[in-house]
Amino acid sequence: MAVLVVIEHVDGEPTEPSLQALTFARGYAVDGAPGEPVHALAVGLAPRGLGELGVGTVHLAEHDAFGSYAPAAVARSVVETIQRLAPSVVVAAGSELGNEVMAHVAAMLDLPLAANCISASGDEVTRIRWGGSLLEEATVHSDVVLLTVQPHAVAIEKAPVGEPAVERFTPDLLPADLAVRVTDRVEAAADGVSLADAKIVVSAGRGAGSAEGFGIIEELAALLGGAVGCSRAVTMSGWRPHTDQVGQTGTKIAPEIYIASGISGATQHMAGCKGAKKILAINTDPDAPIFASADYGVIGDLREVVPAISAEIRRVKGA
Amino acid sequence: MNILTCVKRVPMTGGTIVLTADEQAIETRHLGFTISPHEECGIEEAVRLVEAHGGESVVLTLGPAEAEEQLRDCMAIGAARAIHLVTDGEEWDPQATAAAIAAAIHADGTAFDLILFGNESADAGNYQVAIRVAYALGLPVVSGIKGISVADGQVRCERESNGGRDVYEVPLPAVVSVLEGLNLPRYPSVPGRMRAKSKPVAASTPPRRESRLARRRLVVPAGQGKQAEILGHGPDAAPRVVEILQQIGLL
Repeated sequence: MAVLVVIEHVDGEPTEPSLQALTFARGYAVDGAPGEPVHALAVGLAPRGLGELGVGTVHLAEHDAFGSYAPAAVARSVVETIQRLAPSVVVAAGSELGNEVMAHVAAMLDLPLAANCISASGDEVTRIRWGGSLLEEATVHSDVVLLTVQPHAVAIEKAPVGEPAVERFTPDLLPADLAVRVTDRVEAAADGVSLADAKIVVSAGRGAGSAEGFGIIEELAALLGGAVGCSRAVTMSGWRPHTDQVGQTGTKIAPEIYIASGISGATQHMAGCKGAKKILAINTDPDAPIFASADYGVIGDLREVVPAISAEIRRVKGA
Repeated sequence: MNILTCVKRVPMTGGTIVLTADEQAIETRHLGFTISPHEECGIEEAVRLVEAHGGESVVLTLGPAEAEEQLRDCMAIGAARAIHLVTDGEEWDPQATAAAIAAAIHADGTAFDLILFGNESADAGNYQVAIRVAYALGLPVVSGIKGISVADGQVRCERESNGGRDVYEVPLPAVVSVLEGLNLPRYPSVPGRMRAKSKPVAASTPPRRESRLARRRLVVPAGQGKQAEILGHGPDAAPRVVEILQQIGLL
């Protein structure tokens, strides 16, 4: 039985979460026999380098409409390939677009979909809830298991099988498949280090006390060349814009170090900073849950500790 | 314009998640409840759109009898009435949830111009109920939206992508799933709460489709038992912090 993987790509370059999904799919034990070449599906262009990752065949959907993203049109291509190939499992990245396309596929076929899985075997999956703070073991009752893979749950591993065969097809799109598509683009003015890509993030929660209280956070972030973050409580109080919010419903960060001050460590927040290599927590409460997720801790009021760190950095740099 | 916003009652989990003995649910005896953050923005957006364009804002939930608390919260912010699909408290899978919501929208009979969802619920995070409801109703659906404006029978939606925003223009009626950051939701006022007490809630008990994404058990992931190395107390800890930053190679 075949395994089909939906590949997201940017101008032919597969996205990292797609390659992770491919690695995940390859290890998928189908009838107890993992390791067979997998089938990939892409729209527009054949993604590069898939033979290195164990892909035997690329099903390439070509259509004039693929110039701009239309989720249902991509989903229709997946549905046609499922009907032609009759795979036992269809895997995509648990990215924003991957989850969207697979939900369309699931709705078109009225099949169950398990989103953001971290492992799977047969029809049994383990998927994340609460942004990763809780796991769910579930059974997918379907002849075709549809699932998406939580980004960064598996590392990309190569498994060269030579140049894959490319099978081109033109999906039979319905007018409704093109009713929702990107029709325009608004570019944002780039300002400073983006939170998602920052190597250092300095953030504060309600403990900052006010919008003005973030002055010392901005100062430390600037000294370190990092970005400013905040908790949901801060955004909801209107002290910082939502673009600064780290968390399950904010930005997911992956810095070398995350300096979290005056943040208790609610699951909502911690879901956004799981990718941080190190976490330094500053909090007045030694029992704050964040100390159970942090590498380093300072017990104290951020309004005293943060300026002291800035002063020490200036002293060291000046020396 | 008539707007329906669908919400889900979820616990406020705080710092650590504790499960019930049967590993089927979160122990919520000592927790408060709310709705998913994305949905708070959906409720706020619906109220603003109705303020600007007229019409009615309606809130719907599928959940236990206690979820009436969340419906009242949403009506305190401005929704005019509520539809409550009452369950026995067990979580329904996305297909069963979407089927019941689509049937309830049919049964209500209101011609909703816009049906809003959160992009994913805070707890289950299945990323699919809005899309399934749209297919069941034969409506277009746009996902992950952080900007909405309505004019000339169309909804213009903005979605963050690669440092900018993609724009979708879709004719109404449509389904839109939204993300937190769409707006800054207001807190309910005291008069709003008073008015909400007498607003109508239409409660019914829908039939449940069999779960095809069937939960076996919940598991708290390992690795939450880490304990931070305490570098010191108060400002005196600053030199140790800077040493650590130097060790990591960031200074």
